[in-house]
Amino acid sequence: MEEKLTLFKNRKRFGIEKNIDLIFKNTTLALSSLVAIVLFGIILVVFFQSFESFSRYGLNFLVTSEWNPVKDEYGAFTAIYGTLVTSLLSLLITIPLGVGTAIFITEDFVPKFVREIVGSFVELLAAIPSVVLGLWAIFVMEPFFREFFVFLHKFFGWIPLFSSEPAGRNSLLAIIILVVMLLPIVTSIARDSLNQVPKKLRNASYGIGASRWKTIFSVILPAALSGIMAGVLLALGRAMGETMAVTMIIGNSNAFSWSLLSPGYTISSMLANQFGEADGSQVSSLFYAAFVLMILSLVVNIFAQWLVKKFSLKY
Amino acid sequence: MNSLYYQKKLSRNVGDKFFTSLSVFCALIAILPLIFVVTYILIKGGAQITPELFTLEPNPPGDDLDAGGINPALIGTLVITTIASIISIPVGVGGGIYLAEYSNGGPFSKFIRFGVNVLAGVPSIIAGVFIYALIVSTKILFGSMYSGLAGGMALSILMLPTVIKTTDEGLKLVPNELRYASLGIGASMYTTILKITLPTAFRSIATGVVLGIARAAGETAPLIFTALFSYYYIVGFEDLFYEMGSLAVLIYNFALEPYDAQNKLAWAASFILVISILTVNIFSRILAAFTEKTKRV
Repeated sequence: MEEKLTLFKNRKRFGIEKNIDLIFKNTTLALSSLVAIVLFGIILVVFFQSFESFSRYGLNFLVTSEWNPVKDEYGAFTAIYGTLVTSLLSLLITIPLGVGTAIFITEDFVPKFVREIVGSFVELLAAIPSVVLGLWAIFVMEPFFREFFVFLHKFFGWIPLFSSEPAGRNSLLAIIILVVMLLPIVTSIARDSLNQVPKKLRNASYGIGASRWKTIFSVILPAALSGIMAGVLLALGRAMGETMAVTMIIGNSNAFSWSLLSPGYTISSMLANQFGEADGSQVSSLFYAAFVLMILSLVVNIFAQWLVKKFSLKY
Repeated sequence: MNSLYYQKKLSRNVGDKFFTSLSVFCALIAILPLIFVVTYILIKGGAQITPELFTLEPNPPGDDLDAGGINPALIGTLVITTIASIISIPVGVGGGIYLAEYSNGGPFSKFIRFGVNVLAGVPSIIAGVFIYALIVSTKILFGSMYSGLAGGMALSILMLPTVIKTTDEGLKLVPNELRYASLGIGASMYTTILKITLPTAFRSIATGVVLGIARAAGETAPLIFTALFSYYYIVGFEDLFYEMGSLAVLIYNFALEPYDAQNKLAWAASFILVISILTVNIFSRILAAFTEKTKRV
């Protein structure tokens, strides 16, 4: 990269040409700086808009769950809790499923074209818009799971997570649709990291007599772990910010409940629901909630990038 | 001698079989959602496709059984994604050119690449919130509040990282020999970029950009409080400054209506949206595979 630049620097340039060259370079420089400007702009604007609410409620906003525009009392605990619970639980289901699928795609259990079809199916799933998945969840998935939820409540109702009568739209449905949305992310990143593990390692493992799955568990997966972890974190960031499908199926209730079978709330669904009609200090409180969401996803994303850099494969 | 043969009952072989079937099971579950979603959209949405769908305005929910068509939303999606492309493609390609051709791996380019990745991870609804604060609530665009223009801007924030990344990566794949050759015959840097490297990388950049546009076309969250929604035909240029419908927001609004006619319209809109997005995706996939084959020869 550097060599190419110095080569061009050695070339003598005259008058107009030199100017055009400079103008072109500086234009592209300005355009690339726009990324930083937009990013900081987003952070600053959301922060300053939330300032009023921040100064009034402080950190209490994060731990109270009163959301009452009439009394002007705001607390986003239910939404923050919902965001964390739905994203973490959906990730917990997605990780084994996605990594298992990635192993299926990278190993040679079946002929190559079958694996390629499975791979493209999973990737095409990522192209389906979230709002369409929400529509599908309302009209197809919800009726499909209805009986199962009744069963779940009847036999596992003693567990707090299933302690309420299943509502038509609830947190568990949101978790299931999130699994559908995260699966392509985890699978494709896990597949890429598994593919990057050098063949030598596998051959060495087979050479000392390890079986296929002993090799996968003790050699291949540990070698690909950093990449998979980064993919998982990216998926977590995506899950926390995911709006449409979740908003459509989670039921949107600010009443706090331990049960996954009752309606819930996430920060993004709260924003989607209330932003259009909010006024006064409610707007500022919504910005505060948006700020919390942004910080959460920024932290997760930056951590993911750091992980990739720190532990990227060194073979 | 017996120990040299494959023994089914050996614990390691049993374990291997078990995990292999587990992995196959995972793969089966993983392909189910796409099959189910696409099938239902083809069946439920395909049944609603009529010529009137493309020409009529949607009727407001409630008073009659006939839901009308989705013409304003269809045109609105085209308009809003066009605005987003007009903003994000020049900015993204320009920024990508700087990263790939001019920067020399210094702290600035590292910072920008980092920023691109962070921006790509910003939740899409935050882009909507940002544009709401910046444009909608300040009425900075000639006094208009919710507008198609604001919606396009929100979408452009989401497209920007994709465009920069594909340009950056596409240009990096161009072999340096081409740049040397260009220098050798006396071209300056900007001529080299515009006439040699950019055209060489055109196909990969275009594929990435088109995929980014397809992704933006289905985005809903940034539009619900920037472009809002409209039931009326888009007739002229000035409509850019008013509320504008889009397929994505139509699906969201009408899926939550209690009326069957509106729900059907949501399925029809999903049909059109998903078919176009999947077509673009499959087509670019085939194109990419084809390019790779011709390169190897």
